[in-house]
Amino acid sequence: MLKEDNRKLMLEKAIKDHQYQASALLEILHKAQELYGYLNREILSFVASSLKLPPSHVYGVAAFYNYFRLKQPGEHVVTTCMGTACYVKGAEDIISAVEKEFNVKRGDSTADGKLSIFTTRCIGACAMAPSIVIDDEVVGKATKEIVIEKIKLLLGGKKTETS
Amino acid sequence: MTTKTVSLKIDGHDISVQEGTSILEAAIENGIDIPHLCFLEGLTKTGACRLCLVELKGQAKLFASCSTPVSDGMEVITDSVKLKEYRKKTIQLLLSERTHVCSVCVANKNCELQALADKLGVDHVAYEREWTGEKVDSSHPFLVIDRNRCILCTRCVRVCDEVEGVHALDLKLRGKDSQIIVDFDDSWANSTSCTSCRKCAKVCPVGAIYVEGEPLSQTKDRNIANFVLSRRKK
Repeated sequence: MLKEDNRKLMLEKAIKDHQYQASALLEILHKAQELYGYLNREILSFVASSLKLPPSHVYGVAAFYNYFRLKQPGEHVVTTCMGTACYVKGAEDIISAVEKEFNVKRGDSTADGKLSIFTTRCIGACAMAPSIVIDDEVVGKATKEIVIEKIKLLLGGKKTETS
Repeated sequence: MTTKTVSLKIDGHDISVQEGTSILEAAIENGIDIPHLCFLEGLTKTGACRLCLVELKGQAKLFASCSTPVSDGMEVITDSVKLKEYRKKTIQLLLSERTHVCSVCVANKNCELQALADKLGVDHVAYEREWTGEKVDSSHPFLVIDRNRCILCTRCVRVCDEVEGVHALDLKLRGKDSQIIVDFDDSWANSTSCTSCRKCAKVCPVGAIYVEGEPLSQTKDRNIANFVLSRRKK
């Protein structure tokens, strides 16, 4: 069951504004992610029953789009652009190095929940390829050294524990 | 209601069918065989397997015959050398995408993929195989899903939605990462919407969904969707 709080009230209002229409699923999921930061089972279940949609359909839509997060992201989020330009300019090397350095896989968070790394398709900063988004900052012409340094600074200057 | 008939040629045979029929349905009606996997009579068409591709005279690209409606004067070619090559490649890609080992599969000799591979003369797979290591979900009292054998034809998803009317199954993710899911990607035993009707196992062309302890020759029923829908009150 979804906790009774302001976020739930706002989500309910959004659903009501769309007159409980099944076709508003995407808008509702957007709203839910905006409110909660990610979409867990309780949220998806609430959306499915409010819109009277089959659970598997709601989950399928949420899982289809890269934008939706099904797991709670870590405190800090690093997103690597894997668009063509960034990929060619070595985005894969950078993300592999970050994965190794902080012992975390793309799409996942570190064991202590401090850092999540994600990949995305083109963020529209191709001229600065490879581009990495660290929290809200876009780092252009990134190298693995710069990125790892910046992440270490964010995490308080010390390396995350390797499990 | 009067329905228009449309005249076309399939492999040189003159054929008349009702307007709105797909090329594949017209061919089946007239005893012409076009290989197909995702198409199942009664269910909506998705054009997922790409095996039913045909050539249309005067058009450079190939068309999925299951989802292309017939039109007057259409000339269809169903088994050119080019098409045979394409179909062999498609079968090989399907075989390489996950873990298909006929000798240890419940569907051995009851598999539409295996039968088509045999028929089209696929004697080896030219692509590197993925050998996926998906977990098998056998939590349901008698239904088992082995996603390593799934070819993503979505017959199960469609039969669950359109015939059983429950939509307990759907797809998650995209491309080759796609998987058939039950409810919120839960184990099957925890599903609140599944009615255990077995229709998914009946229509699965391969051995991805089956009934535990029951020979697939007994489970499979290609006519189930058509049987139920044609008798349903409008």
